[in-house]
Amino acid sequence: MKSAAFDYVRPRSVAEACDLLAENADAKVVAGGQSLGPMLNLRLAQPPLLIDITRIAELGRIAETDGAVTIGATVTHAAIEDQKIGAPANGFLARVASGIAYRAVRTRGTIGGSLVHADPAADWVSSLTALGAEILVVGPGGTPRRVSVADFVRGAMDVAIEHDEIVTGVHVPRLSATARCGYHKICRKTGEFAEAIGVAVFDPDRGLCRVVAGAGGGRPVVIDGARGTDRLLATFDDPRSGRECLDEAGVTGDDYQMQIHVAAVQRAVQELRGR
Amino acid sequence: MLRKEDDRYMRGRGRFVADIRLPGMQDVAFVRSPLAHARILSIKIPPTLRDRVMIAADLEGVRPIRADTTLPGFKSSTQSALADDKVRHVGELVAMCIAPTRAEAEDIAAEIEIEFEELPAVVDMLQGRQPGAALLHEPWGDNLFLTSVTDVSNGTPPANAAYEVTRELRTARQVMSPMEGRGVVAEWDSRVEQLVVHTATQQPHIVRSGLAECLGIDEGQVRVIAPDVGGGFGYKGILLPEEVALGFATRKLGVPLRWIEDRRENLVAGADCREHHYLLTAYADANGRLLGLDCEASVDCGAYSAYPFSACLEGGQIGSLLPGLYDFPHYRCRVHSVATNKPPILPYRGVARTGACFAIEVTLDALAREIGIEPVALRMNSLVQPEQMPFDNIAKRHFDSGNYPEALRRAIEAIDLDGVRTRQKTGEPDGRRIGLGFALYTEQAGHGTSVYSAWGIPMVPGHEQCQARFTPDGGLEIRIGAHSHGQGLETTLSQVAHQILGVPHDRIKVLHGDTAISPYSTGTWGSRCMIMSGGAVAKACEALAGRLKHIGAKLLQTDAANVRLEGGAVVGPTSRIEVAEIARTWYRRPQDLPADVDPRGLEVTEGYKAERDTGTFSYAAHACLLAVDPVTGEVELLDYVIVEDGGVLVNPMIVDGQIQGGTAQGIGTALYEEMRYDERGQPLASTLSDYLLPGPTEVPAARILHMETPSPYTRFGQKGIGEGGAIAPPAAITNAINDALAPLGAELLMSPITPRRIVEAIAAAQHTQTPEAAE
Repeated sequence: MKSAAFDYVRPRSVAEACDLLAENADAKVVAGGQSLGPMLNLRLAQPPLLIDITRIAELGRIAETDGAVTIGATVTHAAIEDQKIGAPANGFLARVASGIAYRAVRTRGTIGGSLVHADPAADWVSSLTALGAEILVVGPGGTPRRVSVADFVRGAMDVAIEHDEIVTGVHVPRLSATARCGYHKICRKTGEFAEAIGVAVFDPDRGLCRVVAGAGGGRPVVIDGARGTDRLLATFDDPRSGRECLDEAGVTGDDYQMQIHVAAVQRAVQELRGR
Repeated sequence: MLRKEDDRYMRGRGRFVADIRLPGMQDVAFVRSPLAHARILSIKIPPTLRDRVMIAADLEGVRPIRADTTLPGFKSSTQSALADDKVRHVGELVAMCIAPTRAEAEDIAAEIEIEFEELPAVVDMLQGRQPGAALLHEPWGDNLFLTSVTDVSNGTPPANAAYEVTRELRTARQVMSPMEGRGVVAEWDSRVEQLVVHTATQQPHIVRSGLAECLGIDEGQVRVIAPDVGGGFGYKGILLPEEVALGFATRKLGVPLRWIEDRRENLVAGADCREHHYLLTAYADANGRLLGLDCEASVDCGAYSAYPFSACLEGGQIGSLLPGLYDFPHYRCRVHSVATNKPPILPYRGVARTGACFAIEVTLDALAREIGIEPVALRMNSLVQPEQMPFDNIAKRHFDSGNYPEALRRAIEAIDLDGVRTRQKTGEPDGRRIGLGFALYTEQAGHGTSVYSAWGIPMVPGHEQCQARFTPDGGLEIRIGAHSHGQGLETTLSQVAHQILGVPHDRIKVLHGDTAISPYSTGTWGSRCMIMSGGAVAKACEALAGRLKHIGAKLLQTDAANVRLEGGAVVGPTSRIEVAEIARTWYRRPQDLPADVDPRGLEVTEGYKAERDTGTFSYAAHACLLAVDPVTGEVELLDYVIVEDGGVLVNPMIVDGQIQGGTAQGIGTALYEEMRYDERGQPLASTLSDYLLPGPTEVPAARILHMETPSPYTRFGQKGIGEGGAIAPPAAITNAINDALAPLGAELLMSPITPRRIVEAIAAAQHTQTPEAAE
């Protein structure tokens, strides 16, 4: 199938992009187009106007501070995989990026696009939730607001953004040098959509211990180590207590789905603990 | 020898249907049925678009596609190019929309409103066999294209059976997925009053006959060109309703028309192969030898009998394929070819053999577990022995040659059966379970007139012909009616010609894929080309050799009996003359030829048929070692060994490529590919994110070992090998998974084996067992 006809503009600034969105109620923003492209061709999306934001220079930038790295919205998965950004999470971002779909998709697909699309199976949705990253959003007023990924992703393909706003970047707080992460994705074959994602992050210096069960069909489920770091991680030594923990946290699915969600988290935790 | 055709393919210089641009060409988009089974009540076309849309009522004089067999009891279906009264599967063509671009044609398609009366759909073969099921073709009274019965039962069950197992097995409906989909560019050439159809087909001459029949015009008014074609596998061995519709419309409208299938159409309207169901009982005696099989099988044939192979190519063959390579005395098999509200079944690489091999080989493993012996021991006890060759099996298949036990022995050694058994006792550190599975098959290939005339389908292969001629500068042109779309025939047939005539490879051109320039052929299917086209090329080149010697002898002023063809020259007692010089003289200096020279010159057409046309039987033993994660159901193939006997190999590299490529498809059948339907007959995959194909990381490089038992019936002892790789993997992989899971009491009997099916089978087994036995 071929896309229905649409108009196409390529603004040079965030303000211009927001104005275009404000003026065109059904317009769609396109960056890498790795999800929108197929939807256009299948005519599942038929926007009258596409606003291509990949030529807005500031969206492709990376800013580093002592406490965080801010990744521009149109930075590609491939750039992150190739470590062209800093390493706020000790190489964890590059590792996650390298497992996104196929290299051809990573070459064009962007971190901002993936987050705004908010497919529950997307790697960034789960992994950046676990890292406590924040999304930078700008509207017509030009004032950026910051919202945590956990709050930004409201559900499957449902995000907290107004029609005339665009995501400009992702603010990833730095983990300390002693921090460890684990990531395990279960999918039918290389590059396929995930059926379960487990993420585990443990940063003793920052007092952070967090486990995320993703790709469950809605927003990722976050389990914070409030009840004690060791206890949280040890919960997943045993599949039964792991299952209880995920049940309690609101992960849902039939027996098979629950079994692979538990396995994904369990294996992420095992990786974190070096087992 | 490297493949001649790869230079253009690897450089992106191939020319496929979608590369063709004709002046004024318009694009076609089809309106397809959104329902599986429905009556068409009305079709509303906006008046401003009426001249850009064609529906069934516009196709004046066009006859439906009809592919009957003469098998007794066969019921005939008719498939209209555009549906008239009823639609019988999702994706069936209802209207064609014509515009300068595909996108605009799709815009028009979106404006057409069709009112349907939805009917209950038959979405599964077993459901279709039930009394009271909805009827696809009302006059039939049921949904059975055909029921085929083979009965060689000397008493039921075998009196001396010590062991008996029954298994219910299924293979899922699949979608053939060549890299290039189908595509058609059609134009009416008013100069020669001829319809020219460029189409991605394996069988240009068959498409020509089918088009002429459906359009009601002379075959001379149809020219079919198959340019470069990006893989066939059977998907392109069919007369398309799209070809008929475009063929009619281009003449009517006076503009060239193009339709290029996209992947969504391929998935929705082309889910067309492999779907079988078996209820199979196997018996063994006290010594662990196979005694007999009782089988009731069904084939989910879809809505129509596809041209030319018919709806019953699979169902009609299962009875004779199921016995495999085994020698046993008791056999009964009943096969129902059932019409369902799905796309028509087509012959996919392996054709019926993949399902039959799956059924027998998986059941044999179950029988061996029941007996308590190694599955390979049961096979060794039961295989046809080399000294029995040639062998007529219980279903009257005539195995030409081979040593089946030796192939299995080599596979056992290469995969290290004993080592695996030891490793299984110690267990894996990561908690996974190791399993080993074997499967064997024979691949009948190049079967000809006697076999196909018995089935009586619209196409019966006779003598395969080759036209061969020298050009004035000494080059050799080989014209064949079959088609090469990945098989490397431009190379292998050149090898045959070179062997006989000594003409250098770079001076040999194999021409094919155009009814205007090639002799008639049923085309490329059934792993037949190296046998049939190879035989024809040999015959034609031998005839040319005779002509060369005759003319050469005249020029050397000696008798033809005194010369020989050697090293690209005709050599006489005292002198020699190059082939190129003979050609130059014949064409450009006829004044140098004597008056009594043979006037037929350096151009011949010769035909070939194998000495015995029941086909060659290449065979192989596949052995698969894999690991199953019982928690996630994930499967990793650790090792894959194939011991193959393809007779004399013309080009071993191409043979290995065929085996590896087929194996990739077999892995798809075993683990990934499945088109599911909901209860209304809606296909549940319309993109490749829902229909999974194995990729490079899922397909290990198979270790291929060769045996070479020449076929006694073919020109060089070659056997057809094009499909074998796709036959055994589902059985071998399933057996390996069941071997891995046997200690847990779980058994998988359906392809594809998905992680969910594994996890659920283990859970079900645990549920029925004591906690201790389930570990």
